Amino acid sequence: MALFRSHVLVCVDPECLAKGAHSVMDALQDELVSQGLIEEIQVLETSRIGSCADGPELMVYPEGVHYVGMTEDDVPYLVEEHFLKGRVVDKFRKQITVAKDEELGPPKPKEVRVVLRNCGQIDPENIEDYIAEDGYAALAKVLGEMQPQEVIDEIMRSGLRGRGGAGFATAKKWQFCRNTPDSPKYIVCNADEGDPGAFMNRRVLEGDPHSVLEGMIIAGYAIGANMGYVYCRAEYPLAVSTLNLAIKQARAMGLLGDDIMGSGFSFDLEVRMGAGAFVCGEETALIASIEGKRGEPRSRPPFPAVKGVWGKPTNNNNVETYANVPQIILKGADWFASMGTEKSKGTKTFAIGGDVNHTGLIEVPLGITLREIIYDVAGGIKDNKGFKAVQIGGPMGGCLPAKYLDEKIDYENLNAAGAMMGSGGMIIMDEETCMVDIARFFMEFTQDESCGKCTPCRVGTRRLLEILQNICNGDGEAGDIEDLEHLCKQVQLTSLCGLGQGAPNPVVSTLKHFRDEYEAHIFEKRCPAKVCRSLISYTIIESACTGCTVCARNCPVNAISGERRQPHLIDPSICIRCGICKQVCNFNAILVE
Amino acid sequence: MADTLAPETPQATKDQLENRDIPKIVDAAIKKHGRGKDALIPIFSEINAALGYIPAQAITEVRRQVHDPANQVLVSDNKLFSMVSFYHMFSTKPRGRHVIKFCESAPCHVVGGRQVWQALCDELKIQNGETTPDNKWSLVTTSCLGICSVGPVILVDDDVYGNVTPADVAQILAKYD
Repeated sequence: MALFRSHVLVCVDPECLAKGAHSVMDALQDELVSQGLIEEIQVLETSRIGSCADGPELMVYPEGVHYVGMTEDDVPYLVEEHFLKGRVVDKFRKQITVAKDEELGPPKPKEVRVVLRNCGQIDPENIEDYIAEDGYAALAKVLGEMQPQEVIDEIMRSGLRGRGGAGFATAKKWQFCRNTPDSPKYIVCNADEGDPGAFMNRRVLEGDPHSVLEGMIIAGYAIGANMGYVYCRAEYPLAVSTLNLAIKQARAMGLLGDDIMGSGFSFDLEVRMGAGAFVCGEETALIASIEGKRGEPRSRPPFPAVKGVWGKPTNNNNVETYANVPQIILKGADWFASMGTEKSKGTKTFAIGGDVNHTGLIEVPLGITLREIIYDVAGGIKDNKGFKAVQIGGPMGGCLPAKYLDEKIDYENLNAAGAMMGSGGMIIMDEETCMVDIARFFMEFTQDESCGKCTPCRVGTRRLLEILQNICNGDGEAGDIEDLEHLCKQVQLTSLCGLGQGAPNPVVSTLKHFRDEYEAHIFEKRCPAKVCRSLISYTIIESACTGCTVCARNCPVNAISGERRQPHLIDPSICIRCGICKQVCNFNAILVE
Repeated sequence: MADTLAPETPQATKDQLENRDIPKIVDAAIKKHGRGKDALIPIFSEINAALGYIPAQAITEVRRQVHDPANQVLVSDNKLFSMVSFYHMFSTKPRGRHVIKFCESAPCHVVGGRQVWQALCDELKIQNGETTPDNKWSLVTTSCLGICSVGPVILVDDDVYGNVTPADVAQILAKYD
């Protein structure tokens, strides 16, 4: 075995790759070769040295020096100084501050990590790292000590519910599939995480893929399936390659394939990639896509537990659901059920976005309040502004106002409030957000992603969007609100799948909680949050204007005129209401109405 | 949401050039993924990656090789085209040598994505879904790539660029020939 005096570990997470980690690695190899050091110094790939915020990052051992923000142009200097002359290059060195992973830092107050416990802690590309953290111990326990029905009973007692959003009891789903008298049976993992801004599943697949595989093998044993598919979206190439590597390593160790651990139980897995279609996150559409068809949903029943992949009984769960399973088997149903509320047990991951101080990924026990998430975990609203609403559950979720801040988060409470758990996207909005504009934004997304198979969704989302666009453009009319309400109800009741049934939710919830904003847009032609461009005007407050000319010089359409040291004037017929003048004015002289 | 089957006369010469390669590429993809129905999306992903799009000839070629009534694999050109046109990532029209994918989702949008998009359109003088006259660049949007903490994000072929500003656009494009 070759001995190296030094190892350079380069972070190849997607964030660092996006900042050029591969070029840095290539440059390092080339430079080491040209300096004749390639026999002494080895360059390796790794994951999560730090936060990736200052990537590309690398770590030099045995010294343990952490370099950040490297470019390929920095490499020759680094190699000469550090590896030839033995001097640490301070200017590239990571300044010692509190570790800051923008996506997933150290646990924040009130966080409990079950699903994310290994992310950033182990090498996802090395199965032995997972095994060292009790990996595959749950599988050994299941195969060695438990009957399939006992596994289902244990999951039932834990109270685990589907983490894909709908919250159906996982054990009931398994039981349903197990009891269907048909074979073969299939296990499917839904890794088609399409909600914009939601990346919880990606982090689990990339950071701890074996926890998902182990959960799927256990499910296969409990249900009586010997084959499984992970359906991963093509937008996550790294997750796909990490999964494929994990499957290969598990096969090599006899944890997948024939006669696993000598138990007589056989199970194998394949990864199937999508090709870019949001609706494939719906389970019947996903199954159609696995079968090589258009990813269009079909009506249920029959449910996949009866007729799924290739018309055979199929159990489909989300990434996070499977990742919980090994922990429940190892630590027991009682441990899992000790977290959460009466009907919603365990933890849930959320991707926090929007106007808070700490955006990123969190995992919290269910039953936590929105207030705790926003002010304790996420560090409060940016710039000490006021809280206005939180949008939960992705594009099919709903917006909740301040009166729900002390509501405990669980499946029932969120549904009752008009939002939903969804996959766990959470966008927090401050007081300067227009709720009509937000409803329009989400409707644009669902309208675009509607697959077009059923009329209520295809045409209904389009009509909803048109009405919302009119309202935002100042062309709203009396009766629009009633039309929206009527149409929302029709689309909800008559659409084929969850996409159409959920599409009106952002409109319904904003109408319920922020109806006055809709009325202001329609009847007073006014946008209270001062967002909708057609409904606002910019003027200069004469008494505050010093005539510094900054606004006039920055106006992209030359709508501002005035002599130096004299109050300026905005021509409303030219003004495009871009707001640049307000941003650049140092005297708060721009008034928005 | 799907590409329509546009008349492909302007690209006919390009098609003819590739004629010889298509059976080879289809063969390789089928060899790698098998002939089952569940191999269809992987096969077409492979073809799309190799040619930049999926020409009608490739659809016919796949049907010819995969259609197998004895094993209940029943496919037709129509069914295959319907499937191919459904997915955003497949193109039935020729694309430029390099494809720029721009993330159009909310998290990128709010951190300056719109300005980056404008810079791309201005620099290349094309709009969404179009290809430059010299066939070098195609510009399309993509759904969320999940790396929202380094938004705005663009993909050039398989290379990911994060924290992109309008000023970076020209520099990024200059890396490709």
